[in-house]
Amino acid sequence: MNLLTDPRWGDALAHLPDYLGNHVRVSVAALALGLVVSLPLAIIARNRPVLRGAILGLASVVQTVPGLALLALFYPLLLALAALTAAWFGFSFSAFGFLPAVLALALYSMLPVLRNTITGLAGVDPAILEAAQGVGMTPRQSLTMVELPLALPVMMAGIRTAAVWVIGTATLSTPIGQTSLGNYIFAGLQTQNWVFVLFGCVAAAVLALAVDQLLAQIENGLRNRSRLRASLGGLGLAALIAATLVPAIARPHGGYVVGAKTFAEQYVLSALITQRLQSAGLSATTRAGLGSNVIFDALAAGDIDVYVDYSGTLWANQFHHTEIKPRTELINELKAMLARQNITLLGELGFENAYALVMPKKRAEALGIRSISDLVAQAPSMSIAGDYEFFSRPEWAGIRKAYGLSFRAQRQMQPDFMYAAVASGEVDVIAGYTSDGLIAKYDLVALDDDRHAIPPYDAIMLLSPKRRDDGALKAALQPMLGKIDIATMREANLRASGNDATSSPDAVARWLWEKIGPK
Amino acid sequence: MPATPLIAYAHVGKSFADGRVVAVDDVSLEVTEGEFLAIVGGSGSGKTTLLRLANRLIEPDRGRIAVEGDDVSRIDPILLRRRIGYVFQSGGLFPHLTVAGNIGITPKLLGWPQAEIAARVDELLALVRLDGAHHRDRLPHELSGGQRQRIGVARALAAKPRIVLMDEPFGALDPLTRDALGDDYRALHRELGLTTVMITHDMTEAILLADRVAVMRAGRLLALGTPAELSTDTDPYVGELLRTPRRQAERLGALLPRDGAA
Repeated sequence: MNLLTDPRWGDALAHLPDYLGNHVRVSVAALALGLVVSLPLAIIARNRPVLRGAILGLASVVQTVPGLALLALFYPLLLALAALTAAWFGFSFSAFGFLPAVLALALYSMLPVLRNTITGLAGVDPAILEAAQGVGMTPRQSLTMVELPLALPVMMAGIRTAAVWVIGTATLSTPIGQTSLGNYIFAGLQTQNWVFVLFGCVAAAVLALAVDQLLAQIENGLRNRSRLRASLGGLGLAALIAATLVPAIARPHGGYVVGAKTFAEQYVLSALITQRLQSAGLSATTRAGLGSNVIFDALAAGDIDVYVDYSGTLWANQFHHTEIKPRTELINELKAMLARQNITLLGELGFENAYALVMPKKRAEALGIRSISDLVAQAPSMSIAGDYEFFSRPEWAGIRKAYGLSFRAQRQMQPDFMYAAVASGEVDVIAGYTSDGLIAKYDLVALDDDRHAIPPYDAIMLLSPKRRDDGALKAALQPMLGKIDIATMREANLRASGNDATSSPDAVARWLWEKIGPK
Repeated sequence: MPATPLIAYAHVGKSFADGRVVAVDDVSLEVTEGEFLAIVGGSGSGKTTLLRLANRLIEPDRGRIAVEGDDVSRIDPILLRRRIGYVFQSGGLFPHLTVAGNIGITPKLLGWPQAEIAARVDELLALVRLDGAHHRDRLPHELSGGQRQRIGVARALAAKPRIVLMDEPFGALDPLTRDALGDDYRALHRELGLTTVMITHDMTEAILLADRVAVMRAGRLLALGTPAELSTDTDPYVGELLRTPRRQAERLGALLPRDGAA
């Protein structure tokens, strides 16, 4: 298919007002906060070597923390803070999305502003400072009339660097629930929609360049005392911000928020839930691409209303159980534990997305391997690949313990690439997902867990505490429960991993509803 | 009756680096109204420190300094500096301000009305013999060294001070410019009835411009008097400082006879 006539461009464009608006809002707020803190700090610290060293050192340390990690750290921090203020002062705030993103990005913007302001002020000729004193300026007048104007080019260079960094890093705020241009990139990576990935990258780059150029205009205007140029730059910046805020304001607020984690199945299921709510006349939006540690807390805090999780994941990760129980028993216990947090386990969708050890069907047959027990003897000469969290999850420890399994090497991979890697023989075994459509596509086989070391992973629908008694919501969700079998979900996932117009989560969700909906 | 001293130093001392470097050592000196005093000395003699003590760019350790009869330690240093003109070595102009912005800075700090400042700027440009229309809106880097120093003088005079302090004002200029500027300033000093203290390391310049010359060495005031009085001074250092202008005068007299018949 011709890349230029790909209908997914239109799809991407339809999301632009929302994603771009949110991206600009979070970037501008973060940069403004960063400037408000950094500029006075730099001015205070410029003549105090100890303070200056401490501030620059701290800002440098912050800079070495990867953007994604910094953003992710702010979420639990604010969550704890929100719990404290709720307990002490009786009010709480949302630790989800905007606030942690703004704080983390503001922190991120500080180093270039601090460093360039301090350097710029230090670079002013001492003879000029003496002249300022000599003509009768107060220290404050010397700062505002002489030092700051002379340091301005260096300071503006720092502000421009900070703006570009913030706009770029803001794409990473998607997993903590802040809608941004990163939504294109995360969704595109997970559903192999390269049009989305490309669109998101280009949009973020264009935005960064535009803001940089407008700041350059302001800088030139200030430097050449051209009020026209400075105000043109300022107007351009204001217009850009206003243009991206209008759709965000016009958009209806409230309604249900459907969450999704960062993989294709979740994008499809959240799209399906959103469509069902909308067709039931309920207003609903999607918050996709949330980190799997963020999404449960976001539900518990009421920042999202509904999402699909997996019984074994909650069992092991959220409630820290290591023992394996039969699926119905596990779900019932889970239901009781969730109810204590006022979270409703509405029901199962009907399929399981469990971890499974997967290898090419032909190779397994040739080696006579059908179950994990059969694999044990061969494993020491084999390599295994898993997603980023698998090897640190309790399931992996459980499997190794139950079977005495040990591999020659283990590697971590982006889930979408694992299947191709095992099909091509680059690795021998992967820890795949039973509902993944790629198992059929690459002619792979999931090995039998004959000792029942892997817990059940039934897909279950969860509702936030405030939706506990929401009859309309439950009625709209009910028709999906128990209707999606493993074969149907696999096919849906396979479709979502395709690389054409029918593979968007929305399109696949519509296909899925055709299959499972009332005929 | 002797005129009131406009600047009076009484037993003033100042040292730096916790007393290890004595910059000014028990100096007493009076500058009378309308006088042009030159302070001559090598580098490290304490002449710059002495000058800066007058407008409190530096605070003394000991002694008392009075300006226009007032003890400077009781005057707000900011207000003190605004009523004393100061000409910096190689101009010290603010590179981001135009010629007009530089000249008008002290009046602006004093809160003069805009129109009054503009008129004063034009008046001063004429006074230092620069074409107003041509120079007013230029930035310092567009000017020659001599023009910059003329702007520096104009800036010092802007708020109509009675006292002007000059820190090696003509040191970095070529001899012709330096000569012209020195003469022009001397004329301004007389016309405006200024009291001027100028620092220089050049005895010839001091003798040609100043009414009285003070010689500083190692923080001490070694000699003070008119050129004629200095020429009778017995101090060997003063004699050494006077040797150069004397030799220059003799050689120039021999080489350039006025009637052209050597």
